[in-house]
Amino acid sequence: MLHIAILIPFLWAALIPLMRVLPRIHPGWAVLPAPGALFIYFLSRIPQSAAGESLFTTVPWMPDLGIDLSLVLDGWSLLFALLITGIGTLVVWYSMFYMGKNSESIRQFYLYLLMFMGAMLGVVLSDNLMVLYAFWELTSIASFLLIAFWYRRERSRYGALKSMLITVFGGLAMFAGFNLLYLMTGTYSIREIAAQAASLPEHSLFLPAMILVLLGAFTKSAQFPFHIWLPDAMEAPTPVSAYLHSATMVKAGLYLVARMSPVFAGDSAWFWTVSLVGLVTLLYGSFKAIRQTDLKALLAYSTISQLGLIMSLLGVGSAAAFFDDPAQIALFGLATTAAVFHLINHAVFKGSLFMVVGIVDHETGTRDLRRLGGLIKLMPVTFAVALIGSFSMAGLPPFSGFLSKEMFFTAMVNIREFDAANVGSWMLLLPIIAWIASVFTFVYSMILVFKTFGGKAMNNKLDKLPHEASAGLLASPVLLVSLAFVFAFIPNALGRTLIDPAVAAVRGGVLSPADAHVSIHFWHGWTTELWMTIGVVLLGSALYMTYGRLKMLDREWSGRDTLNRLYNGLLNVLENGGRRFTDLYMTGSVRLYLIYIFLFLIAAVGGTLIFSPGISLGMENYAPITFYEVALVVVMLGAAAAVPFAKSRVNAILFTGAAGYMVTALFLIFRAPDLALTQMIVETVSVILFLLCFKFLPKLKREKEKHVFKWTNLLVAAGVGITVTLVAMASMGSSPFEPISNYFLNESYESAGGKNVVNVILVDFRGFDTLFEIMVLGIASLGIYGLIKLGVRTTPEQGAKSTKPASQPHASFPLRSNDVILRTMSRVIVLIIISFSLYLFFAGHNNPGGGFIAALMTAAALILLAVSFGMDTVRRVIRIDYRILTAIGLSIAILTAAGSFVFGAPFLSHAFGHFELPILGDTELATAVLFDLGVYLAVVGVVMNIIFTIKGED
Amino acid sequence: MEWIMAVAIGALFMIGVYLILTKSLLRVILGTSLLTHGVHLLLLTMAGLKRGAAPILGSGSESYVDPLPQALILTSIVISFGVTALFFVLAYRAYQTRGTDEIDGMDAEGKEADS
Repeated sequence: MLHIAILIPFLWAALIPLMRVLPRIHPGWAVLPAPGALFIYFLSRIPQSAAGESLFTTVPWMPDLGIDLSLVLDGWSLLFALLITGIGTLVVWYSMFYMGKNSESIRQFYLYLLMFMGAMLGVVLSDNLMVLYAFWELTSIASFLLIAFWYRRERSRYGALKSMLITVFGGLAMFAGFNLLYLMTGTYSIREIAAQAASLPEHSLFLPAMILVLLGAFTKSAQFPFHIWLPDAMEAPTPVSAYLHSATMVKAGLYLVARMSPVFAGDSAWFWTVSLVGLVTLLYGSFKAIRQTDLKALLAYSTISQLGLIMSLLGVGSAAAFFDDPAQIALFGLATTAAVFHLINHAVFKGSLFMVVGIVDHETGTRDLRRLGGLIKLMPVTFAVALIGSFSMAGLPPFSGFLSKEMFFTAMVNIREFDAANVGSWMLLLPIIAWIASVFTFVYSMILVFKTFGGKAMNNKLDKLPHEASAGLLASPVLLVSLAFVFAFIPNALGRTLIDPAVAAVRGGVLSPADAHVSIHFWHGWTTELWMTIGVVLLGSALYMTYGRLKMLDREWSGRDTLNRLYNGLLNVLENGGRRFTDLYMTGSVRLYLIYIFLFLIAAVGGTLIFSPGISLGMENYAPITFYEVALVVVMLGAAAAVPFAKSRVNAILFTGAAGYMVTALFLIFRAPDLALTQMIVETVSVILFLLCFKFLPKLKREKEKHVFKWTNLLVAAGVGITVTLVAMASMGSSPFEPISNYFLNESYESAGGKNVVNVILVDFRGFDTLFEIMVLGIASLGIYGLIKLGVRTTPEQGAKSTKPASQPHASFPLRSNDVILRTMSRVIVLIIISFSLYLFFAGHNNPGGGFIAALMTAAALILLAVSFGMDTVRRVIRIDYRILTAIGLSIAILTAAGSFVFGAPFLSHAFGHFELPILGDTELATAVLFDLGVYLAVVGVVMNIIFTIKGED
Repeated sequence: MEWIMAVAIGALFMIGVYLILTKSLLRVILGTSLLTHGVHLLLLTMAGLKRGAAPILGSGSESYVDPLPQALILTSIVISFGVTALFFVLAYRAYQTRGTDEIDGMDAEGKEADS
C-alpha cells in the first residue's frame, strides 16, 4: 500500500494532459482527489501509529547493491505524510481559485506539483538511504521547475537556478555521507544503521559522514549560510511558496536530521552543530525579516528563522541521548517534543499566512508594505486569518504557537543544566539568543499584520480597488488557520495521536509513544518561560512602535548582502573559468579533434599492449611467404602511398582504387572468395561513384598547411600505424580462448543446410546483423537522396561558384557514349552479368556468392547500361523506383525473419529441406534464401538509388 | 607472411590517418577508404592466414580458414560503401553551399555567410 501511495501522484500526473478535452473545467478539480484520498488513507493509519506500531514493506530492487524499495510508516513519517497530503489538498484547492483555468501552462503546474508530492512522500517514507536520496533530488527538481514556472522572468530563472545549485550541492554531499555510512555499516537501511549506532562513533568516518549528511539537511532546510536560495525562491507562484517553501520541502532537512538522530545523537559534535546552526539561523532570519518590505520576502526570512528554531530544538533534544537516567531524558527530551509540535504549528500558521499574502497580492496587485495599509475594512476575513496566523507565529495565547513557543523556552532554559558539554556559564547564551530572536519574531509578526491591514488605507497607491476575496480562495487559509485555534485547546489529543509517536520514532523506537508523552498546558504558573514571553511582548511592542523611526525599511530585499554577492561571484568564476578552460581545447578545428581521438587510441591501445601482462608478439607458426603475395603487398602500399602525393583528383581516386584491387587479390590468396568478389564489385562501383561526384569538386590543391602541422599529422599517423602493427602481431602471439568459428564450421551444414559458411553466418547465424546492416544502407541511401533532392538552397552567388567546376562539359563521365562498340557489346554483356549475378545469388548458400554479391553485380550491370546508353534511357526503359525496391527488399527480409513466429520459433529461425523439382533436380530450399532475396533487392535498390540520385543532379 | 601483413596494415593505417588529418575533403574520404582496407586486412590476418581451405564445406579439405572474420568483413565492405557514398554527397553539398572543400575553411566561410 505504501508503494502505491507514492505511485499515485505520479500516475495521477499522467492523467493531467487528458484534461485538455475538458477545457471548461479547471484541471485542479481533477488533481484534487489524489492528495485528498491519500490524506484520508494516512489519517486512517493514526490509531496504529499512536499504538506504537509501524508499517514496513519492501520490494527488492537492486539487492546486490543493498538497494531495495523498502518503506516505513512510523510516527515521524506519518506526520510528514499527513502534512504533505493535507496541506497539498488545501493548496490544490487554493490554487484553483488563485490561478485561472485558462492561464498558460496550468497543466504543467499541476504536473510539477504532483511530481513534488510523490517525491516528497518518497523522501519521508523511504527506509533505504539511496531511495531516499533519489526522491530527495527529485523534490529539488520539482522545486526548480515550480520556481521557474514563470520562466520568462529573469528573476524566476535566477531563483530557480540558485535553489537548484544549492540544494543539489547539499544533496550530493549527503549522497557521499550516505555512502560513508554504508562503508561503516554495510547497509543502506536507516533502521539497520541505527541498530549499529553504538559502535559507530569510534569509526574514523563517523564525523565526515555526519558533516556530509548535515550539509544536505542544512541546504535543504535553508539554514545559515545556505539560506540565500529561499528568498529568491519566492518568485514561484504563491501556492507553491505556501506548499514547498514553507510547509513541506524545506522541512525535509528537519526530517532527515530527526531521522538520523538515532545514529548520530549522543555525539557532542552533532549536538553543537545542529543546535548552533539552528540558533544562528533563527536569530539571523528573524532579524532580516524585520527589514523586508516585500510581504513574501518577509515570510521567506521568517520561514528561515522558524526552520532554524526547529533545527535548534532538534539539536538541543539530542542531549537526551547522553543519559540513561529517565529524569534527565525527560528533561532534555522535551526539546524534541517541542520541535515536533512547533513543526506542525509552523506548517499551519505559515501555510495560511502565505495564502493570505497571496490573497492580498491577488486583490491589490502588490505585496509592497510601503503601498499597503488599512485593508482591515475591505478584507475583514483575510485580516482575521492574518491576525490568528501572526499571533500564533509570535507565540501569543490563545493560539497553538504560544504552546510550542513556551516549550521552546523551557527547552532552552533546561539546556543550561546540560553539563556534558563543559562550557560552564556560556550555556546561558542559548536561552538569551532564543529570547532575542523571539523579540524579532514578535516584531515582524506585528509588521506583517498591522502594516498590511492596520493604519490608513492607501488606496491611492494601488492599481485597483481591493475587495474581499471569494469564498473559494478564502476556504483553504481559513480552514488551516482554524487549526491553530483547535490545536491550542486539544494539545494533548494532538500529542497522543501525532506528536508522541513521532517523538518515539525520532528516538529510534526505544520508547513507546506512551513513554514519550509530554503533557502540554497553557498554565504552568509564574515560570521563567512566562516571564520571557511577557518580556518579548513588552520589548517587541516598544520596538514596533519606534520601528517607523528606525528607518529599517529603506533597503532592497535581496542581492545586496555579502552572502549573495559571494554566491554570484562564485557562479561567475565557475562559468567564465569553465568557458575559458573549454575554449582551450575545443577550438573548432576538426583536425585537432581527430588528433585527440587518434592520440587517445594510441594511448589506450598502446598502453594496454605495454602494461598488460601475458601479451607477446607472435613470431612463430607463420604462413610461408611467396613472391606473389609480397608483390601484391608492395603494389598496394605503393598505390596507397601515392595518394597523398597525387596532384590531380583523378590520380588520387585511381590510386585508391588500385590499392582496393590489390586488397581484392589478397582476399583471394587468403582463401576468402566471397570477400574477393564483393570487394571487386564494390571497388568498381566506388570508383564510378567517385568519378560521378568528381566533376563537382574543385581541383585538388597542394596542402598549404604549415610545416609544423604536417609533421604533427605525420607523427600521429605513424603512431597509429605502429600501434596497429603491434596489435596485429600481438593478436597472433596469443589465443586465450578457442575461436567460436569451429561452431559455425561444424553446424553450418547440419543445422542451417548451407555449405558456404560465410554466407550461412550472414543470413542465418548472424542474420540479425545483416538485417540491421541493410537497414543502415537504406538509411544512407535515403540520406543521400535527401541531401541532393531536398538540399539547401544556395544563394545565387554561391550557386555561381559551384557551377563553375561543373561547367567543363562531360569532363569525367559522358552522359551518353558515342562508342558504337561499347553500346553493342554492353547489351550482351549486361545480360551475361545479370545471369551471372542470378547464379551467384542461388549458389550463395553452398558456393561463393549470396545476396550482397549478386546485388552488387546486378547494380554493376545496370551502371554499365547507364554508361553506354545514358542515364535517362536506362531510367525510361527500366521503370523502377529504387527507393521502393529498397523498401520491398527490407520488408521481405523482415517478414521472413518474423515468419518464424508463425511456427513458434524465435525471430529469424530458418528452415530448409530438399525437394525434387523439375529441371533443377534435387534442390535444397531454405527460407534463408528468401531472406537473402530481401538482402538482394534492398542492396540493388540502395546502390541504384545512390547512383541515380547523384547522377540525376545534372 | 603474417608479419609482412602486420607491417602493411600499419602502413595502410598510417596513410589513411594522415589523409584524414589533411584539409581537403576528397583526401579525407580517400583516407577513410584506405583505413577501411587496413581494418579488413587486420581482421583477416588476426585469424591466421592460409591455415586451410576456403570455408566452403564439401571440398574434401580437412581444415578451413576461420569464416567469422570473413563474414564480418563482408558486412563491413558493404557498409563502408554506403558510408563512402554518403561522405561524397556530403562533401559535394558542403562544397556547393560553402564554396570550398577545405574543412577549416568551411567554418570561417560559414561565419562570414552568417554575419
